[in-house]
Amino acid sequence: MNIYVLLKKTFDTEESISVSGGRIDESGAEFIINPYDEYAVEEAIQQRDKHGGTVTVVTIGDEDSEKQLRTALAMGADDAVLIDTSDDLDEGDQFTTAKILEKFFEDKEVDLILAGNVAIDEASGQVGPRLAERLNMPFITTIVKLDIEGEVAKIEKDVEGDLEKIEVSLPVLVTCQQGLNEPRYTSLPGIMKAKKKPLEQLELDDLDLDEDDVEAKTATISIFLPPKKQAGRILAGETGEQVKELVSLLSNEAKVI
Amino acid sequence: MSEKILVIGELQQGVLRKVSYETIAAAKQVNADAVILALVLGDGDLQQPAEEMIHYGANRVITVSHANLSNYTSEGYGQVIMEVMQEENPSGIIMGHTSVGKDVTPKIASRLELGLISDAVAIEKEDDQVIFTRPIYSGKAFEKKVMKDDGLLFATIRPNNISALEHDASRTGEIIAKEVDVKDLRTIVQEVIRKKTEGVDLSEAKIVIAGGRGVKSAEGFNALYELANLLGGAVGASRGACDANYCDYSLQIGQTGKVVTPDLYIAVGISGAIQHMAGMSNSKVIVAINSDEEANIFKMADYGIVGDLFEVLPLFIEELKLQGALVS
Repeated sequence: MNIYVLLKKTFDTEESISVSGGRIDESGAEFIINPYDEYAVEEAIQQRDKHGGTVTVVTIGDEDSEKQLRTALAMGADDAVLIDTSDDLDEGDQFTTAKILEKFFEDKEVDLILAGNVAIDEASGQVGPRLAERLNMPFITTIVKLDIEGEVAKIEKDVEGDLEKIEVSLPVLVTCQQGLNEPRYTSLPGIMKAKKKPLEQLELDDLDLDEDDVEAKTATISIFLPPKKQAGRILAGETGEQVKELVSLLSNEAKVI
Repeated sequence: MSEKILVIGELQQGVLRKVSYETIAAAKQVNADAVILALVLGDGDLQQPAEEMIHYGANRVITVSHANLSNYTSEGYGQVIMEVMQEENPSGIIMGHTSVGKDVTPKIASRLELGLISDAVAIEKEDDQVIFTRPIYSGKAFEKKVMKDDGLLFATIRPNNISALEHDASRTGEIIAKEVDVKDLRTIVQEVIRKKTEGVDLSEAKIVIAGGRGVKSAEGFNALYELANLLGGAVGASRGACDANYCDYSLQIGQTGKVVTPDLYIAVGISGAIQHMAGMSNSKVIVAINSDEEANIFKMADYGIVGDLFEVLPLFIEELKLQGALVS
């Protein structure tokens, strides 16, 4: 089976966010594999181990994205592709990303594409479905179980807490939700092996694309932090009195009950 | 001719989701003079939800009923929405940022090579430019976005952030039942297993009572359910409580769970890990109940009670009953 994983480099979840010059300040920040994409990498490896084939991890980013790709290779992926757009693009959006990926996949034989259900930075959740549509492939988002039998994928999808059992024909694109699996940690031998695994680097040119072809359809005009929360009130006194005060504050001051 | 904006009335077990009404209000914020065209999809008689959309401000409603629309699939809904768009040629489309909205809108945007601004929490207008505010980095920051072209405006809105217009049963409008042959689906929904808690939907609840590890057991959550019932709210949980099997993952709020923005969020026995905060930090009023006065959640809370939740919750419930407090 030819299995592909779409991977995105994101801020570490623990990072605090600051804005400078109208952009998120990335200086000195730690970057990780988008947590939802880790489920995708893990699932891809498990499916390959069950059905054979190869797992190729693809990312669009800059040269630093190699680190996250190497991590995926250390987990057990076979190949990695870095589409480095840092020289060609200043701004992009989900249209841009999907268009580049569409071109990348144009000449590929694909059975299964896995992606995270959402990236924790921009959180659009658009890229997977957008790409599937361009490739004329069905897609199922927020999956929590995947069984492949021949040309059919039996999928369980999380629908805001409810569960749907779905059958879909291959090739298919799925986006992964928490609960699908437990991503493995990278082992030292895995890390050593990953250094020798192939990592292909491409630029827009290599995909016969230029900047105009992938020009974003939306623009960010400002980025700002939410207003700092005023320090709250810790109530005092006997528990019974605190509770009475809380009920009164919620109904009279905050007017929420 | 005035501008036409398409909104989708999303049915959940035959009942319209609240966010469907909010899309009408959002469309009015985009253009107060716009004709609001609503599309309601499902299987069966859709007259009543269509009328409801009109009572909440839609001018015209198209209903499409088909056996292949009884369960949502991106292919089925995609076919219908695209057909309606072709016929009606709206200048904008707005949907709720729900499981369905998140799934089908990028498909349509991709097919038609359109931009899409998802998960908007506010809409403003400046010199005729429509500006959407949306959270990024799990709500730790916000961005303002615009569509770059003059073409079709396409957005999903987060439930509970844009107030619906007032319900007015005297509002009238045209309802058209449209036939669409929904076919060639590669995706078949075999079964839907309802796991959600009874009553109020977590992502749309005005009041959320969430429990953490401090609740200590599944039984411990009973008091939270009692409180939620009393206040007409929904129960949620931190990842810690879900990992410990105190409750189902469907209740999890946080970076890898649901994002909620209720009017009132009561965090019970939750320490306030940064990943949890990402899912609830934009709640309007936050109450924290925790025995550890150092707990991070107190930094976020508007009101805090340092105390044993097993003592506080019963007193809280009793006090509410005593005062006959109701959800406003």
